[in-house]
Amino acid sequence: MNGLLSLVQTYAADASHGWDARTLIYRLALLAASFLFLLGLRGLSNPETARRGMTQAAVGMLLGVLGTLVQRDIVHYHWIIGGLVLGTIIGAPMGLWIPMTKMPERIALSHAFGGLAVALVGVAEYLHRGAQLSSFSIGAVTFEVLMGSITFTGSLMAFGKLQGFLPGKPTTFPGQNALNFIFLSGCLAGLVGLIVKPELAPLFYGLVAAGTLLGILLVLPIGGADMPVVICLLNSYAGLAAAASGFALDNNVLIICGALDGGSGFILAMIMSKAMNRSFSNVLFGAFGSDATALAAGPDKGGNVREGTIEDAAELLKIASSVIIVPGYGMAVGQAQHATRDLANALAANGTRVKYAIHPVAGRMPGHMNVLLAEANVSYDQLFELEAINDEFPQTDVSIVVGANDVVNPAAKTAPGSPIFGMPILNVDQSKAVIVLKRSMGKGFAGIENELFVLPQTMMVFGDAKVTLGRITQTMKGGGH
Amino acid sequence: MDLDTLLFGLYIFMLAAFLGYQVISKVPQLLHTPLMAFTNAISGISLVASLVIAGADWGLVTNLLGAIAVTAATINVVGGFLITDRMLKMFKKKKDATP
Repeated sequence: MNGLLSLVQTYAADASHGWDARTLIYRLALLAASFLFLLGLRGLSNPETARRGMTQAAVGMLLGVLGTLVQRDIVHYHWIIGGLVLGTIIGAPMGLWIPMTKMPERIALSHAFGGLAVALVGVAEYLHRGAQLSSFSIGAVTFEVLMGSITFTGSLMAFGKLQGFLPGKPTTFPGQNALNFIFLSGCLAGLVGLIVKPELAPLFYGLVAAGTLLGILLVLPIGGADMPVVICLLNSYAGLAAAASGFALDNNVLIICGALDGGSGFILAMIMSKAMNRSFSNVLFGAFGSDATALAAGPDKGGNVREGTIEDAAELLKIASSVIIVPGYGMAVGQAQHATRDLANALAANGTRVKYAIHPVAGRMPGHMNVLLAEANVSYDQLFELEAINDEFPQTDVSIVVGANDVVNPAAKTAPGSPIFGMPILNVDQSKAVIVLKRSMGKGFAGIENELFVLPQTMMVFGDAKVTLGRITQTMKGGGH
Repeated sequence: MDLDTLLFGLYIFMLAAFLGYQVISKVPQLLHTPLMAFTNAISGISLVASLVIAGADWGLVTNLLGAIAVTAATINVVGGFLITDRMLKMFKKKKDATP
């Protein structure tokens, strides 16, 4: 060990290779950070090891930051301390107190911060080195700034739509796709231009502005139900921007983290699109749920909706021996996860077998429903993915749909004209009885009719999901009416 | 940056992307939201780049840009790890879930 230490010291003291002790510490800290990030990510493959993995990654982050702080280039500590303190003051409450139902909003916002940070680093890099950047570096810096600014405004748009500041319905106008295409090609042409002539500062700042605008334009036509895919794609963009900054700064940990982040977002986006049976381009440019596609929806079969009372639902559930609960975005909006759990507990106490069926795109982001049910203390071995549970519906006495719509719409199997045709759905329509909890008889976010609601075995119970579930539970327990 | 550095960087990117693909494919749907929060937190490692710019002697404008970048990245690091931990704490199996 001593030998190794003296070797390191001798190496560090020998300035001929341009390294000193500080640089060595910095480099080794980043190496350790990269390793710990990978280790941490591997921990996430199992809920049992996930928290340990997170701790490992946090240690890696601490090492990376401390290692960077000893670097020679750093002389002004007040800016750093100011940023770290302000970031902690804003970040800690966001981490500690944001309710789980607001998780998609918080994730969208954090992609915006990530994009902003990377874009600003790129701009500062250009200000500092500008025309002296080699053609490779300027290419990387420009790409970084473009992706960073697209991610920044795109994520803010996604946040606004999720939060309700902006209309959740797709905003479309004639020539939209053509305009986006022109913008995109313009950005790529500008990128090439800067590689040829790095000193063209107006072009560089023009591209920053174009990226900012492009982020807004790209998310404008995306509807609420497509948010999971878009959030994943923005996650991927943020990662690619970070990786590009790693190329520009010759910093491997940034390349590695960027690749992990970008890859993760990309994989999730693929899973989401597959779960909707749609391609990326269809999600991005299809303006799903706009008036144009809603008109092309399957024929309205009509039929009568059978409305049930709280007592009807409770009676049905009392005699059921197996129940599958299907949560959707409505459960998140109505904050009904605890009430859902209470009903499941009452059913279990009555001897009923209860399972939860989670569609991959239920909610507004990957895993949204799982987190909400975990928050309500539902054991995760009761949660089943689509493939694992879909064959069980025919043998199930009652399926309870809590605020889900498109993911249980049989039109996906039966109506070739429907925009969701081909999407894998939960086969709720095959169960012996269905109870649908819904606020009103409105259409789903995809803006299309749901045949499930008019099936003979379906009973609709209208009202606030939390209140309705609570009253069903009370009635089942023989409490008040 | 010369061609050698670029190629070396591409090797790193390729290997990390491949490894990431393998590791992330194994994350169950159950943990996809924590996965997003987690990758978001570690992508806050862009902090190491912002720190250098905020602290370097390149002029007031870059210091200011750097300081804003440090703030944004710190929000992600601090908030990201805290919220990931909060979520992961909630995932329980029947034996330790209170009825």
